[in-house]
Amino acid sequence: MWLTDSLPMAASQLGPARSQMAFTLGFHIVLASLGVAFPAIMLIANYRGLRHNDPDALLLARRWSKVVAVTFAVGAVTGTVLSFEFGLLWPEFTGRFGKVFGVLFAIEGIFFFLEAIFVAIYIFGWERLRPWTHFWAGVPIAITGLGGAYSVVAVNSWMNQPQGFSPTSGNVTKVEPLKVIFNPAVPYEVPHMILAAYLMTGFLVASVYAVGMLRGRRDRYHRLGLLIPLTVASIATPIQFAVGDTAARAIAKDQPIKFAGMECVQQTSTDVTEYIYGRCTAGGVKGGIGIPGFDSFLVGFSTSTQVTGLDSVPPDDRPPANTMLHWAFDTMVGICTALIALGLWLAFVWWRRRDIPQTRWFLRATAVSGVAAIVALECGWIVTEVGRQPWIVYNVMRTEDAVTQASGVWVTFTLVLALYAALGAALVITLRAMARRWREAGDEDSGEPYGPSADAPAEVPLEGAR
Amino acid sequence: MSSADAVAGMLWVGVTAYAVFGGADFGAGFWSLVAGGDSRGRRARGLIDWAIGPVWEANHVWLIFVLVVLWTGFSLAFESIFSTLFIPLSLAALGIVLRGSGFAFHHTARRVRGRAIAERLFGVSSLLTPFFLGTVVGAIAAGRVPVGNAVGDAVTSWLNPLSLLIGALFVATSAYLAAVFLVSDARRAGADDLERYFASRALATAVATGALAIAGLVALRADARYVYDGLTGDGLPLVIVSLLCGAAVLVLLRRGARRGPRPLAVGAVVAVVWGWGVAQHPYLLPQVLTIDAGAAPSDTLTALLIVLAIAVVLVLPSIGLLFTLTQRNLVEEGERPRPHTSGS
Repeated sequence: MWLTDSLPMAASQLGPARSQMAFTLGFHIVLASLGVAFPAIMLIANYRGLRHNDPDALLLARRWSKVVAVTFAVGAVTGTVLSFEFGLLWPEFTGRFGKVFGVLFAIEGIFFFLEAIFVAIYIFGWERLRPWTHFWAGVPIAITGLGGAYSVVAVNSWMNQPQGFSPTSGNVTKVEPLKVIFNPAVPYEVPHMILAAYLMTGFLVASVYAVGMLRGRRDRYHRLGLLIPLTVASIATPIQFAVGDTAARAIAKDQPIKFAGMECVQQTSTDVTEYIYGRCTAGGVKGGIGIPGFDSFLVGFSTSTQVTGLDSVPPDDRPPANTMLHWAFDTMVGICTALIALGLWLAFVWWRRRDIPQTRWFLRATAVSGVAAIVALECGWIVTEVGRQPWIVYNVMRTEDAVTQASGVWVTFTLVLALYAALGAALVITLRAMARRWREAGDEDSGEPYGPSADAPAEVPLEGAR
Repeated sequence: MSSADAVAGMLWVGVTAYAVFGGADFGAGFWSLVAGGDSRGRRARGLIDWAIGPVWEANHVWLIFVLVVLWTGFSLAFESIFSTLFIPLSLAALGIVLRGSGFAFHHTARRVRGRAIAERLFGVSSLLTPFFLGTVVGAIAAGRVPVGNAVGDAVTSWLNPLSLLIGALFVATSAYLAAVFLVSDARRAGADDLERYFASRALATAVATGALAIAGLVALRADARYVYDGLTGDGLPLVIVSLLCGAAVLVLLRRGARRGPRPLAVGAVVAVVWGWGVAQHPYLLPQVLTIDAGAAPSDTLTALLIVLAIAVVLVLPSIGLLFTLTQRNLVEEGERPRPHTSGS
């Protein structure tokens, strides 16, 4: 009878806990990606500005640093929420495995600490530090961003390929930290995420200037603002395609059931058809475009490669929402392919004319590329997280066994939804207000937390002093 | 000393740093909240924004540090605390989200029509976090957090006189620390009127904090005897140091001394936090879970200590650099508050 008593209780927390985790992580991942990649793009502009005495590039770097400041501050908040959620939502997971994966977060803590410090020095240092000193004060931000990304994503890799601890059931009494830090999923998952961050940030920043150019602001400042991030993203995208392809093959080997879910493979067999979209059912894929034998070919470069199907494990061990998982994977790959085409377009025109394409269609495509890249990023995250279910630690701990027994998660989830909606709205309003002010006044007064401001006394909250 | 004790010591360094720096930040939010809408209140808020801007982020990283060291070094304690105390910790997190957003958007909020409401909201958030973290500490001290996933009472574990009193003490302490810090910042900005403004508030909150601390001791005696015995036993020298520092701050502030109040106020807080640590030793959760019983396997502890050693080598100089640049006004935000002129 204990089973019927305890199960509904656990189940009632699992739904809202998973929803809250998915929502807060999905929100944070955009800000974290900006935190990883935007400083590097900003420093490229800063370098160009100083090296070639280019005032447009310097102005871009300065304004971008203010955007970095806002997104970094909001990202620090959403990141803090996530660390609370390790205890508030998944106490059994952290209670049992915190001692295993925790060292990676300690390493991440160093990187984040250093990043916060150098962000503050860079943002506040525009006025008073010497130009090249100031540039070099910014370089640690980009480096620590990479280190932080490694540490955090390596924890997720470990959840996909757990190792370095024993015993695998019950209380962990032995840990091998190096095996955790360098777990087998790191080589493909970490580069995939870092490239995703650069790709998303590059297209997102470029899209802002594409919209400006579509509205007729085609000065050099806007062209440069489009060119620098779009170049970074266009270089990252084809590399990402290759890394992602490698990752998919590795997953087919390391987590065959996740792969079967992504590709809707029901029965283990050879000569498996690759389906583009379509509805996943127990009887196979309904609808969609099928390419016979291609799935086997992608996994092992031969149509005779055997692909493991979902039927190889009991229904309880298969990922839920199979169609969504499949669609998320296909959407990610599809968007990445389209973004490669956009990059090739830029490269071709640059090669011929040493300028960005001036047609409205190119600008329109760039304008939507930012949102498309965010969609691809979220899809990728859905693939890795939903695809790992029902496990929180692959084949070791089920998500339902990790969740808190405290009641009231649906309350916090509701609150989080409202709070994050306000947070997102405030972020967009703030960034748009900054852009409008720059456009209208052209001055250096702005509304971000760490504003290096010009000498103009406007907006100083010191009415009493006047 | 075992490596578990060493990690617990590092954890306590983080707790201390968060109590001082995070506390000062939340206290500054408290003073923003109560500053009022007149011109002097606006000047006070201007000073607070100016002083906090460059160091806000670094202050709050200490909390992450504490969480990570706790869940890595003492996973079981982390699980037990965060599941039983789901409600107060959720509310503390809410305060952090609001405070952080208030910091990120305070310029924007100043421009929109809902500015007063926004500022009120951000100010209230500064009360939420220290108060509810205080109730958490009270629950732990009284042994109301048993080991396991939400084994303790979800409500009475933290909704009791001792927890509420410690919550109030945390709010008062952060307001006190912030006021003492802001006296120095006002002097750095050359704003004499604000220096007096915060000096009088520092005195008032010093008295309130002292009174709450004494009430807290009485409540500990009744409800958390183990910690009380520790504070009046092994931890007594540190408690006395804290009292002396607190008294010295009072005297120095009354005399308007230039140097001294700030390090002494920090000293008072540091001494009492460590006094508490000594009082609790060897327990993580008093009389429930010891440091050794709750510690991670030795390889994890070693790895953690190595990482922390690297952190000391890399992070401390960087923090020093940031604080030095800030104090020399080489990095600063916007306009510095100016000396008060009679024409306003």
